Formats: sequence, structure tokens, C-alpha cells
Amino acid sequence: MNLTLKVWRQDGPHTGGRFETYQAADIKDEMSFLEMLDIVNERLIEDGREPIAFDSDCREGICGTCGLMVNGQAHGPQKGTATCQLHMRTFRDGDEITIEPWRAAAFPIMKDLIVDRSPLDAIVEAGGYINANTGAAPDANLIPIPKPVADSSMDAAACIGCGACVAACPNSAGQLFTSAKLNHLNLLPQGQAERWKRTEAMVERMEQFFGSCTNHGECQEACPKEISIDFIAYMNRDYIKAKIKNRKLQGQGFP
Amino acid sequence: MSTITLDSRCPTGPIEDRWDNHKFSMKLVNPNNKRRFEVIVVGTGLAGASAAASLAQLGYKVKAFTFHDSPRRAHSIAAQGGINAAKNYKNDGDSVFRLFYDTVKGGDFRARESNVYRLAQVSVNIIDQCVAQGVPFAREYGGLLDNRSFGGAQVSRTFYARGQTGQQLLLGAYQALMEQVQLGTVRLYTKTELLDVVLKDGRACGIVTRDLSTGEITSHSAHAVLLCTGGYSNAFYLSTNAMNCNVTAAWRAHRKGALFANPCYTQIHPTCIPASDEFQSKLTLMSESLRNDGRIWVPKGFDDNRPAGQIPEAERDYYLERKYPAFGNLVPRDVASRNAKTVVDEGRGIGPLKNGVYLDFSDSIGRLGESVVRERYGNLFDMYERITGENPYQVPMRIYPATHYTMGGLWVDYNLMTTIPGLYALGEANFSDHGANRLGASALMQGLADGYFVAPYTIGDYLAGMLGDPVVPTSDPVFTLAEAALRDDINRWLSVGGTRSVDHYHRELGKIVWDQIGMARDRNGLEKAIAEIPALREEFRTNVRVLGTADGINQSLEKVQRVDDFFELAELMARDALWREESCGGHFRVEHQTEEGEAKRDDEHFANAAAWEWQGADTPQQLHVEPLDFEYVKLTQRSYK
Repeated sequence: MNLTLKVWRQDGPHTGGRFETYQAADIKDEMSFLEMLDIVNERLIEDGREPIAFDSDCREGICGTCGLMVNGQAHGPQKGTATCQLHMRTFRDGDEITIEPWRAAAFPIMKDLIVDRSPLDAIVEAGGYINANTGAAPDANLIPIPKPVADSSMDAAACIGCGACVAACPNSAGQLFTSAKLNHLNLLPQGQAERWKRTEAMVERMEQFFGSCTNHGECQEACPKEISIDFIAYMNRDYIKAKIKNRKLQGQGFP
Repeated sequence: MSTITLDSRCPTGPIEDRWDNHKFSMKLVNPNNKRRFEVIVVGTGLAGASAAASLAQLGYKVKAFTFHDSPRRAHSIAAQGGINAAKNYKNDGDSVFRLFYDTVKGGDFRARESNVYRLAQVSVNIIDQCVAQGVPFAREYGGLLDNRSFGGAQVSRTFYARGQTGQQLLLGAYQALMEQVQLGTVRLYTKTELLDVVLKDGRACGIVTRDLSTGEITSHSAHAVLLCTGGYSNAFYLSTNAMNCNVTAAWRAHRKGALFANPCYTQIHPTCIPASDEFQSKLTLMSESLRNDGRIWVPKGFDDNRPAGQIPEAERDYYLERKYPAFGNLVPRDVASRNAKTVVDEGRGIGPLKNGVYLDFSDSIGRLGESVVRERYGNLFDMYERITGENPYQVPMRIYPATHYTMGGLWVDYNLMTTIPGLYALGEANFSDHGANRLGASALMQGLADGYFVAPYTIGDYLAGMLGDPVVPTSDPVFTLAEAALRDDINRWLSVGGTRSVDHYHRELGKIVWDQIGMARDRNGLEKAIAEIPALREEFRTNVRVLGTADGINQSLEKVQRVDDFFELAELMARDALWREESCGGHFRVEHQTEEGEAKRDDEHFANAAAWEWQGADTPQQLHVEPLDFEYVKLTQRSYK
């Protein structure tokens, strides 16, 4: 098939950007979207023009490195699919495709389609872990975890940290990402000791970077792992509890 | 001539006591003195993140480097199937000794017994550690941990988190690392790639890096450097490794004097989705765990063009079940891969390009019901459908082997130190534990064993002797000269002004490596590769086109340096494969096979590790041989019949 691409080009973080139009000829159904861009890039290089910079790594939908706005949709039109797993059979001959980087104030553009997603790491740094020094762990089967609890925790833990939830949100909110990490840990027995401290710290770190959630639900539609916004509700509940419990801890000296 | 003598520093005595005795005999660093030592960890996959977090918890000052935008993106994340541990939770006769035995045998007797035994011992601690961190492993209804079986073993010892075990283990290590970043004990450098290892007076004293966002070249000094930078499967161009996986860190250490061991030991994973055309950028692995419930077959007849559903049972050849009744579809990876190649080469391959074999779940779906199969493999089936457009609940999957893992790597002693004092290699980057073939679910085990439970002990033994020594300042000529050389290198690439892209040459190199140094190797092919690779490299160096500048993001510039290192590595792979006149594990020399077509080892001459020493750009490496002794696992012909 033959396609027309409108691609966002920007030389660096401090320069302006613009759309440029490219023809992508002889694209096959079996190609992935990123392989299509590889081909466009190879042709650009042979013409002596700088290739389009975009991030990708595993190309299996698990590392979370890739992420493009394809015709205004984060990761493109296919539900539950990261950009690298989107295949060209989704498109038709003659289509015009607009390709942009993630759009969010918290994710500044570094070059072309590459953005800086370091605020996501900053949220995890604030408390997205269970303190367990190496070597101190008891036997793994000492704490039975009911299967539904482990499954639910795993549903949340499946987040790949790509940032599509932020890019899709009209407010650029980071709630789905943050709630996925919080619920992964807060649901587990091992995560209880730090539950309230973790919740308060992560939510407040999130608010330093991202907009507020107004329940649009675009995030769960864009999520390549189809993580549910139910987790946001749990996070909000835990956050209110945390504010009370943490105050008790500080003011009255007992848990 | 070199003066290197390989000393594995393996402890002696009863094998079950060796690691304990070794830990006791090593020097310690007092808790208050640990903060006086600086350690650099390069790579933040399972080995790197777990090492950086554990060393920081001990009190060392750690700098961690990743070329990704976040430590969580390391390729460990893509491991699907699981992680082995000798917990014997299934009451099926597993033990530390059995895991040790299976690993030595599975590696075709080309790994050190002492290392492998230690790996099996600490495997149980890894599971404990990961559960404490909140890794959501699969559970039984009573709440206890579930296990499944994996290729090359007759017990169920594999722990898993759906089809995303690597992701969950890496997130556990990443979170432990981020906790230390928050505490200020680890300084994290993202988007920062190692370009050189720096030595002073023969010891590793730091590294030189390039900031991939700004292009800035910077030196970092430390008392010790840990390379946790993964394997070199991308020398094949098409592999299941992520696009950016490369050998550069290990290779540049090799050029500085670290010996590179067994480069010809590469693993071809049997269950990947076959390539669909030449434009393919990488291959996708389907977890080996699928072989638990899927049956592998091809039509009995040649050039059979009927769809799978129209081929009657009597005309199907379940070749693994037929040839290996005891292990059936669960034979080790090298055996499964070679047999797939055999049937495809015979002309019995399936699919549009006749380049695959079937992996059929219809029996399991009939026996267990679709919902159980969906529970076990749902995400893998979905992924398969996304890539191929075919529904594996209805038609059999098509699979074919692809390069997946490299057992070779930097030579290390029992302490995981390379031949350069103060330079360590952990995880896939070293050569130590898997011999000539790695068993499924053992890579995650080794990465975490090295990072959580081995290096944090052994590094103290080296550092204790340096107490009071300051780090070498980055203003020292060893650093400034290395920086200048790298800037020259970069400018040279930018001014080649050739006509073809980096990817073009990487693809061409990959074709040579796959054809001549792939699943089956022979003298003619290897000699051809040794002639062709330098010729292609010469063309690459004079005709590659790298556009853009040295400042800021320049992905072609990143790639060109990695591909250049792959060229040199590929040549060494061919030399190593040519020297090793036997077949073992993933290294199959056509000249050395049994009458039944199985790998035929030559223990008299090759029960050893081959470690190669850099001699300069235009001189072949010099070989050093480390003999391997087998006291506990008797050398036998592997048989999975």
C-alpha cells in the first residue's frame, strides 16, 4: 500500500517544530508500524536527509519505550496495543497518517517524536517499592496470598510505564500510571507496612508534574495493557485514608 | 606474548560447602568504611538493578548507568516464561543438587561445577527476595506459590507471573533501585551509554560515557566497575533481543584486556514467530512454556500445501515425541531448534514461506478447555494474533528458531571478576554458568543470583585491599586521552560520507552470521565467514552514511558504533567456532555428530572454556584455555530419549 505521512519534526528540546510530509510507498500488511517508519528512515538516509527520531526497543509491547500519537490516538487505533505491536494491516492504501509525539506538558519533546518521561520514574522513586533489603526475606511461602488478590495485584503490575495514559488524557493526568503502581503494592500483604506512607508520597509527587483527573476515562482506552480506571478509585480511597492515618501517626504517636 | 594465566579461584572441598567456605574466607569491608568506596554499575537489567540496589543497601556509593530513558526498560523485561528455583514446593523430588545436575548436563558439560552449584543454592533465596519485594507470582487457590515445568527438566520448579515473569522481576529490582535513588545512595544516569572502560596501573578505574540526549562525553571514576550489559544476539541482526541490545560495553572491555570466553556459544530459541519478509526488524519469541501444552509437528509429506486442519492425524509427524519419547516436546532448546531446522531443510516446513513448524494446542484445548489454556497463555496467544493476524485457539501457531541468548561473554572467575582487576561482569554479559546451552527459566535466575547474592559479597574481597585509596580523578590523562579518542572516533563516523545506512550493513552482517555461524556450522562456512566479515567491515567503515551532528540525539551515530563492535565480535565468534572441533549444546559442528545426528562432544580435547585475548585491531586474538573438571556430574552423552 501507499501512504502519506504527516510527521512532527523538531530539532531539539529548545527549538520550534513543524509537520513534514513524507510518502511511504510499497508498504506491506505484515509490517509493523515501526518497521514502516524504519523503511521511511532508510529511504530518507539514502536521500541524504536526517531520519525521523523515534524511540523503540523490545518491539514486543512490554518495555514501554515506544509510543506515538497516530491520527491523534495514543498508540494508534488498535485497542490494547502498543505502537510497536500495531501492524499495517490496520490501515488502507491511500491513507494519510498523522504521527506526533506524546502531547503533555510533563513530557517535553527532546527531538522529533522522542519525549522525556522521567516524571514517571520520579513517582516510583517517591514510594513505589516495598522496602526489603537483600537477604532479609523470609521463606516465600510463609505468607499465603489468595489467588484473586495476587491476580488483581498482577493486573495493576502489568503497567509498562509507556505514558500513553498521560498522552491520551485531556488534562495530562498521571492517575492511571500512579494508581497501577500503588495498587500492585497496596493490595499485597507484603505492601501493608508502607501502604499509607507510600500512597501519600506517590500521589503528591504525581501532582507536582501532572494535571488532575476528571474521569474522562481516555487513559484506560489508550492503555496497551488495558489497565482499569477502577484502580484510580482505589487510589483515591487510599489517599483519603492515608491523609488521616498519617496525621494520626504524626500527631498522636500511635499507628 | 601475554602473561595472563587464567585462575578461576574456584574453592575446593565438598561442593555443597564451597560457597559458604568461600564467603567466610573472603575479606570484609567494615560497614562504616563501605561509604568510602565508589562502585559503577553499567546496565540496569536484572543483574545491574539488583546489584546496584544491593550494593547501595550495604552502604557503597553507587553510580548506575543505563542508555534507556528509565532503568525499567532493560531487555530483561521481555523474558516471558519464568525463573527456576530448587524449592521443591511440588514435592516432586527437586533439590539443589538436582537443579545443579540439570544445569551442568543441560549446558552440555561446558560450565564450572562450582559456579553452577552456587547458582542452584542461591536460587531459593531469589524467590524469597522477590516475593518480599512484592513480585506477584502466580498462586494456587490456597494462596501458595504455583510452579510449572520447563524444557530440559523433569520436575516443576519454574515460578512465573503470567507470561510476564521478566517484567515483574525487573520491576522488583527496579523498584529496589529507585528506593536507593530516593535515599541518595545511588546516583542514576539515564540515557547515558558506556563507550569505554578506563584502566590505571592495570586496574579498572572508571568509564567514559556519552549522554545520548546532549552528546556530551564524560568520565566517571570508581574503585570498581560492574558490567551488567547483557548479551550479543543482535550480531545476527534478526534476533529476539530488543533493537538496542549491543555488545559495546563488553567488547570495549575486551579491547582493554578483558578476555572474551566461548563467543561461539549462542542459543537459538525454538519457539519464535517465523520471519514474514526481508523488512523484518526483529523476531518475537513465544515463551518456551508453550511447549508444556502445545504439540510440535510438521506434515509427513514434502511440500504439503494443505491448511493444518485438513491434514489428517495419520499424516502428521510429531517429530519430537517420536524421536525423544521421554522428554517429547520438552527437550532442551538446542535439541528442539536443531530438529526444527532439520525438518524445514528437508522441505517439510509450513507457512507462506515454508519456514516454520506447527505448535498445536488443539489437544490441550480439548483436554483442559479453552479457559484453562487462556488462563495459562492468554497474553501470548493475543500477542501472536496481533503479529500474525491468525487466531491460535483455532489454527496451530507457526514457530521457528531464532537467536535468543548468548552463553558466551566476558571471562570471569568465581568472584565474577574479569581478567582486569576491579572489572566485574554479571548476568548474560559473562560466560559463567550455562556452559554451551542455557536451560529455560535459568537466565533470570542467573542475572538475579549474580546481582543480589554473589557480587555484593565478592566485591568486598577486592575493595578491602584498597581502603584509603582515593579514586583516580577524571582529570587524569587516562581519562582525558580516552575522551579525546572517542571524540575523534565520533567525528570520523560523521565524516565518512558514504552512501548506505547503518542498518543496511547490520543486515548484511547478520546474514553472514546466521548462514555460517548459526544453528549448524562447518569448516568451510566458518572460513568463509572469517574472510567475508572483514571485507564487509572495510566497506562499512568507508561507505556508511551517518547524518547529523555529534551534539544532541543522533540515533544513527549510536548505532554505527554498536554495529562496528558487532563486526569485530562476529569474526571472533567464527574463529572460536572453528577452533572448537566438537559439537556441544548450542554449538553444532556438522563434522561432529553421532549417527543419529546428535551433538558429539570431544571431552578429551575440549572439556574447557576458550578465552580470547585482544591483540590489537589487525591481529587475531590469542587463545587461553581453562580446563573444566567434573567431579560430581559424570561426563555422559546427553540423551533426552
